[in-house]
Order: sequence, then structure tokens, then C-alpha cells
Amino acid sequence: MRVLLHALPWLAAIAAYFLMPEQLPLLSSIAIAALFTVSLDLIVGYAGVVTLGQAAFFGAGAYTAGLLAQNGWGEPLSGLLAAAAVATVLGLITAPLVLRSGALAGLMVTLGLGLMLYEAANKAAPITGGADGLQGVEVWPVLGVFRFDLYGQTAYLYSLAVLFILFWLAKLIVASPYGLSLRGINGNPRRAPALGVPVKARLTAAYALAAAYAGVAGALLAQTTAFVSLDALSFQRSADGLLMLVLGGLGSLYGALIGAAAFTLAHHALSEASPIFWQFWLGIALIALALFGRGGLMGLLRKLLPRGAGS
Amino acid sequence: MAAAITVLLDGVASGMLLFVLSVGLSVTLGLMNVVNLAHGAFGMVGGYVCVVLLSRAGVPFVPSLAAATLAAAALGWVLERLLYVRLYGRDHLDQVLFSIGLVFVMGAVADWLMGARQQLIQLPEWLSGRVEIGGIGLGRYRIFLILLCGVVAAGLHFGLVRTRFGARLRAAVDDGVVARGMGLPVGRIFSLTFALGSGLAGLGGALGVEVLGLDPNFPLKYLVYFLVVVAVGGANSVIGPFVAAILLGVLDVAGKYWVPQVGAFVIYTAMVVLLLARPDGLLAKARS
Amino acid sequence: MSGGALQTQGLTRRFGTFTAVDKVSLSVAEGARHALIGPNGAGKTTFVNLLSGAIPASAGSVALLGEDVTAAPQHARVRRGLARTFQVNQLFAELSPREAVVLAVSERAGAGGTWWRPVSSMPALRGEADALLDLVRFPIAGRDGRTGALAYGRQRLLEIALALAMKPRVLLLDEPAAGVPPAESREVLEAVSALPRDVAVLLIEHDMDLVFRFAERITVLAQGAVLADGEPNAIARDPRVKEAYLGTMEVGVGEVGHG
Repeated sequence: MRVLLHALPWLAAIAAYFLMPEQLPLLSSIAIAALFTVSLDLIVGYAGVVTLGQAAFFGAGAYTAGLLAQNGWGEPLSGLLAAAAVATVLGLITAPLVLRSGALAGLMVTLGLGLMLYEAANKAAPITGGADGLQGVEVWPVLGVFRFDLYGQTAYLYSLAVLFILFWLAKLIVASPYGLSLRGINGNPRRAPALGVPVKARLTAAYALAAAYAGVAGALLAQTTAFVSLDALSFQRSADGLLMLVLGGLGSLYGALIGAAAFTLAHHALSEASPIFWQFWLGIALIALALFGRGGLMGLLRKLLPRGAGS
Repeated sequence: MAAAITVLLDGVASGMLLFVLSVGLSVTLGLMNVVNLAHGAFGMVGGYVCVVLLSRAGVPFVPSLAAATLAAAALGWVLERLLYVRLYGRDHLDQVLFSIGLVFVMGAVADWLMGARQQLIQLPEWLSGRVEIGGIGLGRYRIFLILLCGVVAAGLHFGLVRTRFGARLRAAVDDGVVARGMGLPVGRIFSLTFALGSGLAGLGGALGVEVLGLDPNFPLKYLVYFLVVVAVGGANSVIGPFVAAILLGVLDVAGKYWVPQVGAFVIYTAMVVLLLARPDGLLAKARS
Repeated sequence: MSGGALQTQGLTRRFGTFTAVDKVSLSVAEGARHALIGPNGAGKTTFVNLLSGAIPASAGSVALLGEDVTAAPQHARVRRGLARTFQVNQLFAELSPREAVVLAVSERAGAGGTWWRPVSSMPALRGEADALLDLVRFPIAGRDGRTGALAYGRQRLLEIALALAMKPRVLLLDEPAAGVPPAESREVLEAVSALPRDVAVLLIEHDMDLVFRFAERITVLAQGAVLADGEPNAIARDPRVKEAYLGTMEVGVGEVGHG
């Protein structure tokens, strides 16, 4: 029973591949959004550090992979690794700035750093293409075999495979003693040091880990769409990520998957009607989630499913 | 030299404007410990009210400003009573989500009603053009901004230091629990203060149409500026945010004038650096 | 003075012009059952904070197992064998009691940075955590629920188990019975009595019943200074102690067990 529940999202994702062959780009964007949401869940949901600037790492990863491919190195897997490395370094550099001061000042620092990076990419048009975006990204076949096709088959399966691997790595990490210490810090940051938990070091590692995840998500977007725009770094992306996270349920990795899927599908359906309409209902959803509880969709599911399933 | 004086004047004027726009936020953050990223939305509302009255209904400028202030204050009061009051004491993530949601909703409504374009206003004759002082041309509207916002700042300072309401407000800022214990109606003080801050933001938004522009993206576009003023200025006085706002205004105008290729980067960098250099003051209070 | 488990020499803490702790010299022997009592405002809490390193001393020194730790920060003192419980519960509401103790054990064992294997594959951590919960007689049924939903007395037991997970040589128990309803206070008393003998315990407590049952030596603090120090019988008979408590509390061997 439990094994089946754990397999369910992935079976659904594979079924979608066969059932919705015209919607593969949408499905890819769900997988990428899910990975981004997992990254936010690690830092916000588990470690308890609220950030308004996670898009900085997503964008850094996207531009890293995009620039590599644009400049003649289109090998996708090494592109992902490079993106992860750049995002990790950026995370390690900025973590002390974010964690140094109190929660509120740290929150604003994440916002400021995110905007700084956006503005830097905007002004560095000769390298990034500025507002026109990064053109001429050419990605080689995955593993030298699977060419990125027009229908997005390779793009989807590639994104899904990366999500699958990193999702289970995240599952492992949150269940480890390290993951437990993050939950302890989140629950009571003043008590944790009295148990000998080195709070700063643990949070720095979590921040960098989440940055790496976001960087890989950004790189996936760059590689599967062969394009990077400033949107990758935008405040909107950070805010969307937070919404996907709370929509699915904070501190639950399956929630991150569900939230990303629900959000992306709703976005697809509503913004076709009108972008203003979408923005309005997005705002209403945020307000409702903030006022009426954090469980999100995962919280609802937990009430319906047997105890212990999917945490 | 003349350019430097013009830049300085423009900088001071936009700093004054920023002060009026942001001072309410320093209260929300410092007094109520609420991360209110939607503060700029009240400025936007004031801006639109002013534009509609002035351009469509033909109301003169000064009454339009007053109406913008009152409309934003009223909206602030209603939202505080209905929604914000539920967020006091909640954690920052809830407040962030809520206020971003509010920005989205108000932006969508503004877009639906008024369109996405930049709004323009026709200033009255007596505020247009320039005056020559000592051979240097100074914009009349800039001078008007400095005078009006200066009066507002002085009024706030006086009100906070000298009046009974100011004393109660300071007591509530210092220690809400003790103030409640002394029988102060802390909830009512919060509501009134929130409405006052929102009203001032509305005034700032209306005054700012000519200087900062106005479109549905206004609340997010200037969010960082408001946060810098608050983070640097502190909450327990009027003078702190005032000085911070003037510095920011001058820095911003000077940056755009002399190093336009760097653009808004200057402000974001300043924000991060200042937050790191001075994480205490207001933020130390609000941290707990 | 020879090397006890914990020693202070002229320990002083001033807040502005107010002296909260005034030249207190105290020696807790190895394996001691020592209690620190005193009327409200005597400076007990400040003294504990000075011992644990939560606040710095204005003057004087603290020695732990013969080593001067006056300048050492809190976590360094924890590592050298000084653990404390907190007066107001400072627990992890969202973790289960078992998870909280596993966390404490894994940090002490240096496994807190392990990210590559799940806790469930490390039976030693869980075994030690369960042993500690057994030691404080924490009921097995409640170990996997939310800590936030526990009864107050149970939270005190968990608090003691967390401190013991540090494998302390000296344990500061800061009012373990405070706020515990009478129905649950027996559980706390039993847990305190069952503490291992190789751990020196300094009990800070208001509940005289608990103090006289537990302590083999008592130090009385009044107005920040040591008023009396000695065996329970001598303390109970000391007229100065009676005076300090006059009107606030009845102290006497005769009343032990009824108070």
C-alpha cells in the first residue's frame, strides 16, 4: 500500500507522457517547477529560513547552462553540474549575509540580493542578452543519444528523470540526522544550540543545498527551452515558488510536487483567459492560504490517506 | 555646479516623497511586527484616486490630493480591521504570502479598471515650469514637494513627541504588553496608526504620479525603496526614516543622472549593504 | 578549595547599579545532590545563567571539573560536560519526543552532520534515545506524538532527558517542578531521584518538598548572596533561613512530605 502511494506521482507522470503527447512542454514545465519548489521546501519548509530571492539561484543556474551551451559546450549533464556548482557557490557566498542578521532583516536581504542579480543581468546585456533574453542556446543530445525533439519528448523525460533523482536525494537528506537537526532549528532556534547544534553551519549548508537545487531547475529550463530570459531571475518567480510550496503543503516533499502541478495547471488554464484574471486569483489564493492554514493540498490528502503515508 | 544643485534638489524632493510614502511602513513593521509588502499598494490607490479626480472629474489638484489621502486611509483602516489584524503575531511567511497576495489582487484590480499603461497628470499652472533662483532653474513642483512633505514630516514629529496619541503610540511601540496592562486600547491605536500610515502612502502616491510614475506595478517597483527607508531609519522616531529617505532619494537621483548604465543596481546594493551594516534599530526590535 | 565538579569564586553579576548576584562562592562536589534555594528575587535564575554561560559575569570565576570556563560560551560548556534544563519549557513542539532525544543524542555523538543515511538506519541513535526516555520514565505510548500536545509534566521529563543526552558530568535542573500540576509532580520527582549517581546535580527549586527529599546539601541565596550553606537538617534549623523565608514559606524538617 505504502509503496504504491510513493510510486503514484511517478506513475501519473509517466502516464501523462502517453496520454497528453501534445502537452509535453507543459508537463516539462511542471517537472521544473516541482524541482524549484523542492528547493524552496528544503530551505523554507524544513530549515525555516524564509526567502524572497530563490529565483536568484534559479536564474544563476539557467544562465550558467545557457551560456555554456551558447558558447559551444552543449553537453546537458555537465551543464546541470556546472549550474549546480555556480548556484552552490553563490549560495555559500550569500548565506552569511542572509543568516547574519535577524529573520526580518535576512528576509529583506534575500529580496535585495534577488533584485540585484536581476538588475545585473538586465544591465549586462552583451553577455545575457538583457531584456531580449539569451539567444542561440544549442544543447547536445542527452547522454549523446537522445536528441531534444520538437515535441518535447526528450525534454520531458529528461526533466522528469532529473526531478526523480533529486527528489529521492532530498527525501534521504530530510530523513537523515542532518535533516532532523534542520527541523529542530526550525522548531526552536534558541534551544538548538543548547543541544550542541551548530546552527549557523547547518543553515548555511541548507541554504547552499537549496541553491544548488534551484540552480539545476533553472538549468533544466534553459536546456529544454533553449532560451533564458530575465524572468528566470524575477521576483515573480520567487513568489510563485512560495505559493506552489504553501499550496502543496510546507515541509512535505510530496506537497512540493502536488503544489507545483496544481499551480502550473491552474496558471495554464487561467492565464489563457486573461493574465489579469490569473493574477487576481493568484492573489486571492495567497491571501487565503496565509490566513487559513499551512497544510495545503498535502494536509488535505493526509486526512484522507492512512497514517504515516507520504511525509 | 548647476547640475549638481538640480540633482540635489531633485534628490531631496524625491527623498521627501519617499519619506511620506514609507513612514507608514516603519510603523507597520516596527509597531505591529508585520512584514507588509503591500504598503505600496496604498500609495498606488492614492495615485489612481488623484488621477481619476483630476483628469476625469476635473477636481482641482489640492482637493484631489486630500481625497487620495482619505481614500487610502479608509482602505487601510478597513483592511486592518478585516485582515491585517489576523496576522499580528503570525510568522513572517504568512505575512509575506498575505501581503504579496494583496499586492497581486490590488494590482489586478487596478489593471482591470485603469489599464496597464503609465498614468499622466496635468499639474496646475502654478506648479508647472521653473523658477530662476540665483541663475539656477528650479522646478516649481519640486519646491512644492519639499515644502509640503517637510510640513508633513514636522507635523508627524510634533505629533509623536507632543500629543497624547503620540505618547500612547510610543508606549505601544516600546512594549505592547505593558501598554495593554496599563489599559491603553492598543488595538485601536494600531488601527488608527495603520490608517494614518496608509493615508500618508496615498498622499505620497498621489504626489508621486508626476515624479515616480504610476501603473499597476507601482507597489512592487518601489517596494525596495520603502524597505530601505524602514530598515535604515528605524521605527521609534520620525527623524530616522526622514534622514534615510532623503539620503536614498539623493543617491537614487544622482545614480540615475551620473551613472545611468548601472541604474537601479545602486539602490539594491545600498539596501543590502545598509541592512548588513545596520541590522539593529527597528529590525532588532521587530526580530523577536 | 579542591576540584569539585562545579565551583564559583566571588561570582558577581550587576545590571546597571543593581547587583543581582553578589560574590557567590559555591562548590558542587562530584556526584553531588545539591540544591539551591532562596526567596523570590534572590538571584537564582541569574546565577544559573552565569553558570551555563547564557550571560557573562561581571566579576568572579566559574570552574567546571577543575577548568576555568568563565570566558567560555554556552556550547563550549555543554561540550565540557555542563548541561541544563530550562525553567520555561523550551522544547521542539513539532518534533516527537523520540525525535527530539534522537536529535540531542546524534549531536552529542557527532552524527548531526550526517546527511547520507536516514535516521531509521541508525538503530544506535534510537536505542540510546529510548534508554534515556526510559531513564526518566517517559511512557512508551507518548513517544511518537507531537511534543506540543504533551501534558506539562511529560514535557518536563523530556526536558530532563534532553539534558541527559548530553552525557553531562554536571546537570543544572532549573525548577523542574515549576508549573507542574500536583497530579504529575510525582513523575518529575521520580525522574529526578533516578538520575545517575555519577552526574553532579544542582537543583534550583521552590518546591521544598522536592528539595528536602532530594538534596544532600543545600545552599540558600538571599539578595544575591549566600546566606547559608550546609546539610538539610542544619539549613532547616537555621534561624536566618527561617527569617529570610518568614511569611513566604514554611521550612522545617517536620513539614517535609506535607508541604
